[in-house]
Amino acid sequence: MTPKVQIENLSVHFSKTEAVKSVNMDVDENSVTAIIGPSGCGKSTLLRSINRMHDLVSGAKVSGKVLLDGESIYEKNVDPVLIRRKIGMVFQKPNPFPAMSIYDNVVAGYKLNNRIKKREADEIVESCLKRVALWDEVKDRLKTSAMDLSGGQQQRLCIARTIAIQPEVILMDEPCSALDPIATYKIEELIDELQERYTIIIVTHNMQQAARVSDITAFMYLGEMVECGPTSKIFTTPENKQTEDYITGRFG
Amino acid sequence: MPEKTFKRNDLLKGDYIFRLCTLLFASVILVILVVIVWQMTKESLPAIRKFRWDFLVSSDWNPVDGKFGALPYIYGSVVSSILAIIIATPLGVATALFITEISSRRIGRVISSLVELLAAIPSVIYGLWGIFVMAPWLQQTIQPWLSDHLGSIPFFAGAPYGVSMMAGALILSIMILPIIAAISWEVILAVPQSQREAAIALGATKWEMIRISVLPYAKSGILGAVILGLGRAIGETMAVTMVIGNNPQISLSLLAPAYTMPSVIANEFAEATSTLHYSALMEIGLLLLGITLLVNIFARLLIASISRKQKGGVH
Ligand SMILES: Nc1ncnc2c1ncn2[C@@H]1O[C@H](COP(=O)(O)OP(=O)(O)OP(=O)(O)O)[C@@H](O)[C@H]1O
Ligand SMILES: [Mg+2]
Repeated sequence: MTPKVQIENLSVHFSKTEAVKSVNMDVDENSVTAIIGPSGCGKSTLLRSINRMHDLVSGAKVSGKVLLDGESIYEKNVDPVLIRRKIGMVFQKPNPFPAMSIYDNVVAGYKLNNRIKKREADEIVESCLKRVALWDEVKDRLKTSAMDLSGGQQQRLCIARTIAIQPEVILMDEPCSALDPIATYKIEELIDELQERYTIIIVTHNMQQAARVSDITAFMYLGEMVECGPTSKIFTTPENKQTEDYITGRFG
Repeated sequence: MPEKTFKRNDLLKGDYIFRLCTLLFASVILVILVVIVWQMTKESLPAIRKFRWDFLVSSDWNPVDGKFGALPYIYGSVVSSILAIIIATPLGVATALFITEISSRRIGRVISSLVELLAAIPSVIYGLWGIFVMAPWLQQTIQPWLSDHLGSIPFFAGAPYGVSMMAGALILSIMILPIIAAISWEVILAVPQSQREAAIALGATKWEMIRISVLPYAKSGILGAVILGLGRAIGETMAVTMVIGNNPQISLSLLAPAYTMPSVIANEFAEATSTLHYSALMEIGLLLLGITLLVNIFARLLIASISRKQKGGVH
């Protein structure tokens, strides 16, 4: 079986700096992959190259390949918009649309690609909010502004908004870094559940989190992929000295 | 024994005097404003006493007979300004969006400095161009066509004069375009990148991103820009006076000449020999001042409340 996402020899340059240096990585379907590494090592940059978010950044240059189901996504004839509908993304800071209600936030992306009736929208809102365990907390105030929610609720709303477009892969860039332990716990539970349907790649600074939620862990350092393997192995018997130092907190 | 270094010393007195001076100068502005309002009110009193509300609702303006009704001027000002806003808003917002979201940074900078240049052109130049180029052109091309084909609609009825409500509104829209574009541009620039990324990551195209994340976020700021443009349009004198035809009539037709509040003041102040005429012009001035002050205060409050919101809250 071909991996869901294949990253081949991927490099990303920002004008002069090379933020990601020929990284290779395979991601299997329905797995959770954690990317860890010290700040500035290129985790976000790598993640954002998987759904072509760098297209927005003038001065960013991506070389190498990213394959989704064996198909290269950086080819000239590939529409990045279609790629992003298959590869959703959740950001570090919750970023709901402040001018929209909770309800409209959930269907914001879905509505772009589909004409929907009210009934259908209602169903999507309910099912997506239930899946992110937010339904009970907000079902009585779906029409109020999304900004009235707490940070953790906002982040779950953003995840709901992402799964509403039915992507196949979900990229998460430190989705819990702005959240308290309880909200973090809820999101981790959610990731466990989402794994049944989606392929998840998550960047985290939290070692325990990586150990808890992921099947595969990748350690990056200075733009390079130092080591990538089963999480249990990375956390117990890493092959690389740098990986070991980082995980045990002896880094630097 | 240690010195008491925290005690006020004479050096700090300089600071105190400096603050006093700046306060003084700042309050001069307020004093000027108050004096102007007070004096204009005083000078308008004869007209206010004589005509009461009639001044606002009568359209009979006849200095020889001592009749003064300002409605045609109020109508002309309001309608020309609103038309100008209707024309300039889409253009200004589109310009701002093009600069921020679509063009490359270099082209964006060229366009934005061109727009700023547009704002620096003296209004009499616009008037000159309007009266010698735009109005004759309207008279020969657009207006006859409108009158021939759409003449049954009251908005386009009547003979093409060139100088007209249409010419006034067009000139105004060109003049307020830079304000609307520049402020919209700043407001749109202040939309956090995370909002754009949120839309893009949901598979939005550029236009969809603008529609679901950029514009809603910038909405009230753009409204502020529009209202500020409105304030400028209402107060604009020279260029409009030159192209609007200066005929105190109320006509639905855009092809017909009209008259505005600033224009009548500019045209008649020299010949206002009777107390009542002079007082009536003063009252128009007072009205104009009131409208523009209100519009500007409202717009600035709106813009300020947004920048506060963006600094303070929204994640
Ligand atoms: N838009 C950009 N323009 C220029 N340089 C950038 C840009 N984005 C990232 N970089 C650079 O690329 C390198 C990697 O950044 P990246 O954000 O991927 O790090 P990270 O591993 O996600 O760090 P953190 O854990 O702090 O989020 C950094 O040196 C950063 O300065
Ligand atoms: Mg990062």
